Amino acid sequence: MEKKDIIQSFKDSLFTGLIALALFGPIVGLRTASKGEGLFITPQWGVVFLLVGLCILGRFLINLNSARKTEITFFSKFTSKFSAVTEDKAKHFAITAILFAVVFPFLPFTDRYFMDVAIMILTYIMLGWGLNIVVGLAGLLDLGYVAFYAVGAYSYALIATTFGWSFWICLPLAGLFAAFFGILLGFPVLRLRGDYLAIVTLGFGEIIRIILINWYEVTNGPDGITGIPRPSFFGLPFKRSPDEGEISFHLFFNLEYSTMHRIIFLYYLILVLALITNYFTLKIRKLPVGRAWEALREDEIACKSLGVNPTNTKLTAFAIGAMFGGFAGSFFATRQAFISPESFTFIESAIIVAIVVLGGMGSQTGVVLASIFLIGITEMFRDLEQYRMIAFGGAMVLIMVFKPKGILANRKPTILMHGDKK
Amino acid sequence: MEYFIQQLVNGITLGSIYGLIAIGYTMVYGIIGMINFAHGDIFMIGAFVALISFIIFGLTGVALPIILLLVLLIAMLFTACYGWTVEKLAYKPLRGSFRLAPLISALGMSIVLQNYVQVAQGARVKPMQPLISGGLEFFKNSEFIVTVSYLQIFIVILTIILMGIFTYLITKTDLGRAQRACEQDRTMTALLGINVDRTISITFIIGSSLASVAGMMFVLYYGVIDFYIGFLAGIKAFTAAVLGGIGSLPGAMLGGLLIGLIETFWAGYVSLEYKDVAAFSVLIVVLIFFPTGFLGKPDIEKV
Repeated sequence: MEKKDIIQSFKDSLFTGLIALALFGPIVGLRTASKGEGLFITPQWGVVFLLVGLCILGRFLINLNSARKTEITFFSKFTSKFSAVTEDKAKHFAITAILFAVVFPFLPFTDRYFMDVAIMILTYIMLGWGLNIVVGLAGLLDLGYVAFYAVGAYSYALIATTFGWSFWICLPLAGLFAAFFGILLGFPVLRLRGDYLAIVTLGFGEIIRIILINWYEVTNGPDGITGIPRPSFFGLPFKRSPDEGEISFHLFFNLEYSTMHRIIFLYYLILVLALITNYFTLKIRKLPVGRAWEALREDEIACKSLGVNPTNTKLTAFAIGAMFGGFAGSFFATRQAFISPESFTFIESAIIVAIVVLGGMGSQTGVVLASIFLIGITEMFRDLEQYRMIAFGGAMVLIMVFKPKGILANRKPTILMHGDKK
Repeated sequence: MEYFIQQLVNGITLGSIYGLIAIGYTMVYGIIGMINFAHGDIFMIGAFVALISFIIFGLTGVALPIILLLVLLIAMLFTACYGWTVEKLAYKPLRGSFRLAPLISALGMSIVLQNYVQVAQGARVKPMQPLISGGLEFFKNSEFIVTVSYLQIFIVILTIILMGIFTYLITKTDLGRAQRACEQDRTMTALLGINVDRTISITFIIGSSLASVAGMMFVLYYGVIDFYIGFLAGIKAFTAAVLGGIGSLPGAMLGGLLIGLIETFWAGYVSLEYKDVAAFSVLIVVLIFFPTGFLGKPDIEKV
């Protein structure tokens, strides 16, 4: 590298440092804190200098490294090779993963905490797969998916607490309710163009949440609904001392009572629900309506000219996606036994969208990997919650910049006219 | 009647704040055709910079008008840096990518900014003592006294001044001409020797500075901010931009006023709890029935 270049990149880094100082100076450097009445400022210049220094250094290194381009191509080559491998071995991978998931509760190191995290990851995988129908297959960006999750959870909770029906009756009802809401919202708005649609769905999600907070008579407002019945094992409840005339799970199978039974049951429940979602998606992709979704995603105008009704086609995607969201919602309600509007904020929608986007829109395996990565690994750093969200958002930006199709891009249409040219 | 006038005054004040944010949305949409989802958070950062500088200058004991002017300039400067950086980092590399890519990137940026401020400044709400107090009272001998506070007068006048400067900038200067040219045809504009990247950067800088002014007004008007204010204000301002016709600058201001009025009247006459639902419903209804808004140009679908 020539001397001129070095001086140039040095100047450039200093400029970056100046900008970084302007960015971090007031917001990071001057922390406001309440003390008695009013606010006071606590300076934190050390952090600012550290951040600015890092920015200068980073910029300088990037400038110096003229091989930056090759690095990026290396990165994308690596990920595309990775996705090629996973695609070739998709079947093996899927079978291994499912087998692992099935034996997971009985592995020696699995304890209560691991099970809880696994259940959470599976819930997000299910939500991700449900949203994948809408975002990945039909290409509709839905930023209010959590609304359907909430509708499912609340309808399950309300039906179960008022009528006392069992989980297996309430679950389909909750799914139907969510699907109904999907149609209700989708019917007027699906004519809109992609980015408008995203904002409208976001607005819808917020409306649902505000209604849940304020409609005291039905939803009990911010206090939420408590005492939601736990699911039973085909009529056998998981209780230490069952009510009269009832036989509980451990008595029936002659086991010693353990709270783990219920957790393991919940784990298999969500595993089965998620696998149903996945199976359904894989099958429907090969049906006319699934093909129409993918075609719409690629070119709406061409679809219209070929006689595909875009609104109806999108509506089915929306309703089906909403239905799976509703199923996941009822599972959530029965697991927690308590729900409140707190659990259904916009950030939940953003997390689900992030899972689908990072995984690669349309890729089922990608959703699994992204959920494990985003929920599982960050769960370990629970104390760093806020940093976790920064990393979340940052990852979304980085993926869009470097790999807009996601880590495991699978935008390949399911079928091609003249076969796959390789 | 007096109650109505009071709500009208409050609505216009709120509308000025929304209008200033809406301009940022509409300008960016006009020039690069994306919804800058992080704009609401830029507004929030503007509010924080304003709050911090109010505290610092509050300690020095300088006269109030000078403080206001200084805080205004400081907030504009620092917030503009944020707008500029966000554009460079998150949007510029995405030009020419598929349509939803910038929106997802903007969503990510919005999450980053929110949580960054939460980490840096703490999650608690930040209260501030009112700086400008007092006001004019009307209808003193009726049952309901209409109060127009000096702060409201200040907000509306400042908005009018800024709008004047801004309109001059867009309609009369070379910069404005370059901007309008970029809106119509970016490739042709580049061929004519205009630095398109720079023009887009300047658009973001202007939008962010106006949002920061709105942020400063928000701090003064409500006296309480937290890291989450950008989300709601952003959505409402976006609604305003859509209502006025996205891409149209006078439309953004008009839409802002309308949204401010709708929200205050809804809160005053219908239901306070559901005032945010009003804004979202307006957004949905407008997008469905007149997606071009009041002053927008019809959108032609190109193959």
